[in-house]
Amino acid sequence: MYRLTGVTKRYTRGKETVEALRGVDLTIADGDQLVIQGPTGGGKSTLLQMIGGLDRPSAGSVELDGVDLATIGEARLTRLRAEKIGIIFQAFNLIPTLTAQENVETALVPLGVAPAERRARAAEALRSVGLEERLSHVPSEMSGGQQQRVAIARALVKNPRVLLADEPTGNLDEGTRDDIMALLEGLWREHGLTFVLVTHDSSIARRAPRVATIRGGRITLTEQGAAGQEPQRIGA
Amino acid sequence: MFGIYLRRELSRRKKAALVVAMGLALGIALVITVDSVSAGMTQAQGKVLKSLYGLGTDMTVTKARSAPKAGGSQGPNFRFDARSSGEASQSSDRVMTQGGQALKSSLVGKVAAQKGVAAAVGALSLNVTKVDGSFTQGKATSSAGTQQRGGPGGGDGGGRPQVQGGGANFDVDSYSVAGVDVTHQTLGPLATVKITSGRTFTAAQTNAKAAVVSASYAKQKKYKAGSTFEISGTTYTVIGIATPDSGESTTDVYLPLKQAQSLGDAKDKVTTIYVKATDSQQISAVKKTIQGNVSGTTVTTSADLASTVSGSLSTASDLASSVGKWLSIAVLAAAFLVAALLTSSAVSRRVREFGTLKALGWPSRRVTRQVVGESMVNGLIGGGLGIALGLAAAYAVTAVSPTLTAQLGGTGGTGGPGGGPGGPGRQTAGNTLEIALSAPVSATTIALAVGLAVAGGLVAGAMGGWRASRMRPADALRSVS
Repeated sequence: MYRLTGVTKRYTRGKETVEALRGVDLTIADGDQLVIQGPTGGGKSTLLQMIGGLDRPSAGSVELDGVDLATIGEARLTRLRAEKIGIIFQAFNLIPTLTAQENVETALVPLGVAPAERRARAAEALRSVGLEERLSHVPSEMSGGQQQRVAIARALVKNPRVLLADEPTGNLDEGTRDDIMALLEGLWREHGLTFVLVTHDSSIARRAPRVATIRGGRITLTEQGAAGQEPQRIGA
Repeated sequence: MFGIYLRRELSRRKKAALVVAMGLALGIALVITVDSVSAGMTQAQGKVLKSLYGLGTDMTVTKARSAPKAGGSQGPNFRFDARSSGEASQSSDRVMTQGGQALKSSLVGKVAAQKGVAAAVGALSLNVTKVDGSFTQGKATSSAGTQQRGGPGGGDGGGRPQVQGGGANFDVDSYSVAGVDVTHQTLGPLATVKITSGRTFTAAQTNAKAAVVSASYAKQKKYKAGSTFEISGTTYTVIGIATPDSGESTTDVYLPLKQAQSLGDAKDKVTTIYVKATDSQQISAVKKTIQGNVSGTTVTTSADLASTVSGSLSTASDLASSVGKWLSIAVLAAAFLVAALLTSSAVSRRVREFGTLKALGWPSRRVTRQVVGESMVNGLIGGGLGIALGLAAAYAVTAVSPTLTAQLGGTGGTGGPGGGPGGPGRQTAGNTLEIALSAPVSATTIALAVGLAVAGGLVAGAMGGWRASRMRPADALRSVS
């Protein structure tokens, strides 16, 4: 379970200080799905960084299962990211020189998984996202949708507790976007993950049971009920 | 994963990797070349000294230099008879002790008895100037047409006899002779040569009319084992041809010491005492002991002699040790800097990549290790290329074998005529040797090159790794490059 209390994040640029988050309080239960939306520069990605342990708040606490990510040591935070948190990026962030399988393997490297097991688990993860034919392809040989599937496989291969996605469909066309969202929702249900998704796509936000809207660093929560229906095409 | 990732990254950035590797390669090649040429210079200087001293000789003892007495120093004097025959071939040898000053033979034993001296052997260096040729008498004619023989010169005047024609045709040959102690040939002039034809002296030939001739002099005179030649009326038989171990021989003819003393009118005299110390680390101390206990002598060590080497060998040696060294350091420093900057720049371009890996849970040390690993491989590739380039350059120098001249001595002195066997100090005045330069590459040089390659990789990797380690995982989300 996530518990964010009074999370504030300030960035200083020269003499100017910008508050990206202003006293955010938020609770995310295990297995919940939360969509974070809001205008550009509103603090969406900053909040995701706090939740993912990628950055530390200037004030407040970010607790995951009772561990405050704001205060634990760097090594423990890194280990926690490696074990519990899977992250999907808007720009896929694949290593351009590595094959799909090797890219997925990179998530298992910090866990000390033996190479043979790493390869097998990576191949299985890619099969689960429908890319069993693309194991040895490098990112430049794949479409955007395929690259994002590789990124999803990379995020899930370590069986994380939390899946964070930062605009995962932001770089994809509409059809591919629907495929990816359907895949993510299916995996969320299948794995019982805590799923936090940042998007400014209202059609995606509308389908989520909980939506957090961030404007000017302040959060507003909206409960929309359970998203119990089967994944379906999200369109205008 | 480390190896795969490293290999793929290096092949992706081939051009940058090649620039870094080539920069390091150039620096390392230069270091190898300068180092090997310097080693060649040292070797050449060693050859020069060895050719003069002999293997195992640590120092030489010669008579201390003294001011020449008035009228004591004379040039060579030749006497020829005026004979009455029409054409007369005449020959005369002038044998002089080299330097004109010699030591008593008894000093050899005294030097040998000094503390720290393992062995001492005396040798006598001579210069022989041979003048060989003939006079042709002129013909005297009278006005009446009667021909009369006359002496050289001529006259004129009506009715008086006139001398026509006549003249002289002489060859002057100057060569060096070393009188050697045939009972101790491992120390002294013969220690630097190898007998390539015939044989050397036996210990019994202390006063034999036998000679060993240097290969170059034998070639010039067309001597071979069994040939005979004369010095001041004494006939010597060539028993062996000697080739110097290195460089060119400074001695043309080797004779038993007694024969040389007899020829040079230097009974019980030697010009040089060759000394071998018991401990090569204690040469300076032995030198002081000899100088203190054996008065009227000059003791010259290899180090003293080395300082008298001049000529192109010395100039090249100075160049190698000064300009070459600093050029190598400058190029290496530039190569290290370029490698560090390029690596750092490459890391900057990979912010998202490294940020992503950190976001995935890669510890900073693993990311740093990846960057340093890439730099190390770059450095080693550069090292490999540099070693290949350096070896090629060293091979080229050895193949071309540029000739350097080494002049020894230069401290002045009375000096004998012409060249001759070089002793140290003043006796070496006028000795010029030609040495072919080689560039030997030692295992130490290769080890140095590998060390530099590793250092280059580490320097570049440290800078890149430092930057990578400072990157935050949040950068992966921010960077859209």
